[in-house]
Order: sequence, then C-alpha cells, then structure tokens
Amino acid sequence: MTAFLLRRLAYLTVLVGVATVVAYFLAATQLNPRSRYEGRNPPPPPAAVDAILDELNLNDKTPVVERFAKWAGGVLRGDLGRTIDSGSVNTEINRRIWVSLRLMLLGSILGTLLGVAAGAYGAIRQYRLSDHLITVSSFVVLAMPTVVLAVLVKNAGIGLNDLLGFTGDWKLLYTTGEITPGMDALSLGGLSNRLAHLVLPTFVLMSGSIAFYSRYQRSAMLDVLGSDFLRTAQAKGLTRPQALVKHALRTALIPMATFFAYQFALLFVGATFTERIFGWHGMGELFVESITKSDVNTVAGVTLLVAVLVLVAGFLSDLVYAALDPRVRV
Amino acid sequence: MAERASSQLLPEQAGAAGGLDATEAVSRTRLVARRFVRRRPAVAGLVSLALLFAVAYLGPFVIPWQYDQLDTNAFLSPPSAVHWFGTTQTGFDVFALTMRGLQKSLIVGLLGAVMSTALAAIVGAFSGYLGGTLNTVLLTIIDLLLVLPSFLIIAILSPLFRDHTWLVFVFLLAAFQWMVTARIVRGLTLSLKEREFVTAARFMGVPTWQIIARHILPNMASFLIIDATINVSSLILAEVGLSFFGFGVQPPDVSLGTLIGDNAGAALSYPWEFYFPSGFLVALILAINLVGDGLRDALDPNAVFQGRR
Repeated sequence: MTAFLLRRLAYLTVLVGVATVVAYFLAATQLNPRSRYEGRNPPPPPAAVDAILDELNLNDKTPVVERFAKWAGGVLRGDLGRTIDSGSVNTEINRRIWVSLRLMLLGSILGTLLGVAAGAYGAIRQYRLSDHLITVSSFVVLAMPTVVLAVLVKNAGIGLNDLLGFTGDWKLLYTTGEITPGMDALSLGGLSNRLAHLVLPTFVLMSGSIAFYSRYQRSAMLDVLGSDFLRTAQAKGLTRPQALVKHALRTALIPMATFFAYQFALLFVGATFTERIFGWHGMGELFVESITKSDVNTVAGVTLLVAVLVLVAGFLSDLVYAALDPRVRV
Repeated sequence: MAERASSQLLPEQAGAAGGLDATEAVSRTRLVARRFVRRRPAVAGLVSLALLFAVAYLGPFVIPWQYDQLDTNAFLSPPSAVHWFGTTQTGFDVFALTMRGLQKSLIVGLLGAVMSTALAAIVGAFSGYLGGTLNTVLLTIIDLLLVLPSFLIIAILSPLFRDHTWLVFVFLLAAFQWMVTARIVRGLTLSLKEREFVTAARFMGVPTWQIIARHILPNMASFLIIDATINVSSLILAEVGLSFFGFGVQPPDVSLGTLIGDNAGAALSYPWEFYFPSGFLVALILAINLVGDGLRDALDPNAVFQGRR
C-alpha cells in the first residue's frame, strides 16, 4: 500500500512538473514583455530595455531554454522569480492568497452546508412546494454566469443602500474592495467595516455553491431514500428524522466527497469574476493581470500553484472517500 | 443521476394499467421521445431553445440595423420604437448586437460540444479497447490536461486567434473539455469489449475501428448525447468567462460574453446595455439545461416512471 502511494505521489509530482514546464514555455513564447517598453514616448534606449529584461529574466533575446533553466533553478530553491514590475512573485502570491482565502472561505463553507441541506430537504419533500422552489431557483442560478450574478447582487446592494438612506461615506453594504481605505483594520470599526465589505461577494459565491450542491445532493438523497436499509433502520426503532440524518444523509454524502475535495483547490483561486466585479485584489486578479501584463514568471508561478492544489485536492478526495465509505478501505 | 418518480407507487399503477398488455413493444426512439414529451420543463426548454434560435437568426432581418452599423443620431438612447433594446455609447443597436452575440454563443456551444464529445468518444474508446502503451500515453495526456488551468492556457494563446478565425477559439475550448468524459467512455469500453457481440465481431475479423464505430460507441449513445448537451451550456459559459476578460471572441466580432463584459460597469446607469444580453444568455443556458435534464431522464434505462412507459 505504501509502495502504491509513493508511486502515485511520484507520478503526480512529475505531472505537476510537466504542467509547469508547458505553461512556462507557452507563456514565454506567446507573451511579449518587451511590448511594455516599446510603446513609450520617448522610446527608452534598447540597451536599457535589454538590461531591465535581463535583470527580470524576461529577455526574449535569451534562448527560452536558458531562461527556463534559470527560472527552474530558482523554483527548486523556493523562489518563483520576479514579476514584470520587478517585485517578487512569492511576495505577490503570499499577499494575495490570503485575500482570496478570506473571500472564499466563508462563502464556500456556507454554500456547501446550505447546499447539502437544501438538496436533502428537497429530496425528503419531493414534489412539494418547497422542493419545487429549491429546484427552480437552483436552475436559474446555475444558468447565470458568475459575472451576471455578481453585477446583479452588486447593484441590488447599491439599491438597498440608497433605499435605506446610506448615501454618505458610511454605508450598510460596501461594493468595492475589502476595507475602506484609511480604516484601522484591527479596531472594532475596522472589523465591522470589513464585514460590510464581505457580505455581498460572499453572497454571490454562496449562491453558486448552494445551487450546485443542492442539485447533486437531491438526486443522491433520492437514490438512498428508497433503499431497504433505511426502512430497516426505522423498523429497529429509529425515528424518521434520526434515520434520515444517520443513515440516509450520511450515505448520500459519499458521492459528494469528490466535489468537497475539489472545493479546496478552488478556495485559493476560484473567485476570479467575483474579485473583478467587487474590486478585491486577490489571486484571481493576479491570474488575469499576469497575462495582460505579459508577466511570464507570474503566469508560470500561478500555474504551478494551481497544479499543486488540484493534485492535493485529488489526493484529499481519495482520503475523504475512504473515510466515508468502508467498502473502499482495504 | 436519474431523478426518480415516487417509486413506491409503481407496482399498483402498473397493475391498474393492465399488467403485461400495458408494455406493448415500442421502438426505443419512440419510447425515449414519449418519455421526453411527458416532462413539461424539458419540453418548455426545447420550445424556448427553438424560439431563441429563430430570434437569433431571423431577428436581424426584421430590424433595419446591422450589428456593425452606427446610428449617429442616437448615442446611448434607451429602448424605443426605433431601437428596441436601445443603443450603445458609440451608437450601435443593442438588439442587433445581442442577436449577433446569441448566434455566436449558439454556434460556439454546439460546435464545441460536438467536437469535445467526439474527441472524448474516440480517445476513450481506443484507449479502452486497445489498452497497452496507447492507453498509458492517452491517460497521461488526460491527467496532464486536467492539471493545466484551462483558463490560463487559453488566455495565453488568445493572441493566436486574435488575427485568425474564432474557430481556433472554439477548438481550444473543446480541447480542455473532453477529458473527464473520455475517462468514463474508457470505463464503459472496458466492460463492453468483453461482451459476446464484440468478441464475435473480433473473431470474424472485423477491423478495430469498425468494431468501435459499429459496436462500442452506439452502445453508449445515450451517455454521449447527454454529455454533449451538458457540454453545450458549459462551453457557452466558458466562452462568456473568457470573453469577459477580453481573451475570447475578439472585436469587431461580438458574442454575449463580450457584450456582458463591456457593459458590466454600465449596468446601473445604462441598464439596457447589460440586461438584454444577460437576459438572453440566462434564458439560453436555462433552456439547454432543462433539455439536458429531460434527455437524461428519458434516455436512462433505469429511470422509473409513473404510469405507462
């Protein structure tokens, strides 16, 4: 078993490596950091541009293999290279990953729990009014791209502020950024200010998860509801709610394990659109900016991070599966 | 997974319908069609899909404006009799733009879904049927593509299709969509290839590609149809996401994604620019999802139905 796990781990590591190499070479050959300096007026002397690009390991006159070797050497020492603004990719990712995590954590936990609850409830109350309501609203939310949902929620928030008379600097709900500039983050006012910034984006992220999980949980639960072991559980004296929670819900959660695990990977990088609409400077923004700014090292660094996260999630899903389903344990 | 009708009711109802006589022989196509029609949401989805198709392709003939034609007398005008959905800042007709975008989204979704499902079917079937080195290589490619962040790769490659046709973009979208399906197809193939009719064909000397085309793939047709339907909506959403950041369909061409992306900031001051394209997009995805759900129930041989089949 250990040998198998080790082999699997080695394979996954190789996969992460290959993915990063592919991303680096694609980015290094397709993106053109030099264009950043070409449009300037007056044009900087070519020698100066070369010197800057050499310094950042982004010069397209150096063969791409040589650039990659230098970058990969850094990665092995834990240094992801320099951004195009000559900062450190590590610092940039470190700063932003917590912003994203703060945004995603609450939304995904609430979304998962409420989604599972709504799906299970819908299955128990199949074809009643509440089931229809849950089904219809999750269908509508699933048909909405995050962009549209985020804009709707943002404008609803602005409308609510106006309606309740919060037109000054102090608002009920904030729609841009994570904290009002100049606020002391650690004071009581700062904390409530943060919370008021968090409400709307969290709601957007949450609605998506609720809709997604409730659909799957409903059909997983329906499959279990007709089963014999549930009737047996009631026959041996459990009440209906006890049987539903202890036997039905638990069994119906097993196929969902994979989704839970992949949610972990999304925690760090999954809110690109929400971040854009609500003006949070997180990983999703870095993702998009690194490409528009032709920032090769950041692109490769982010890819490496995502690849590692996806593989950890895959591993995690196997573990969760084994924990929930005794048949998997050998 | 199938949504079950309340299964406890079934035995009594089958008895009431007259036992064996109720299940007269019907062709599978008719059976599936009958089951599909019985689902009202699915039929509603299909009807709205047809309507959206009609509006997208006939709408532009009804109005005098083209999607790339400026009305220099009307900048940012709200919806009116002249411009049904209003105009943009530069004087483009929003109805014409929306219809053009709807056409593009429909084509991107349908074409991409067919491509991705076909690729998944071919790769999965060959890898499962032939096994060996080919299987190992294909599975590694699948794993690799699953690990690569598709959004990032397509965005990096977006300069490639900036000067070329948007077909390259559709192909790229499809290229990152097929992997999970291919794995499932491979699993289905592994079990099918041990069945008698496949071994019989093999012993009669039928070439491999013919066995796959005639015996393996038709036996998972239901799964492939459902998969293609689901792919349509996820590809349209992927297109919207990429176009939102300017990595998708490139100007002067428009798609629902570029319209939504360009006007997301104007939703409060000039709502018609944002809400009309968004509304059509949501209606489109909703219709496709409803059809997909209905198909899944109709094609699933294990689904239990109330009343006659």
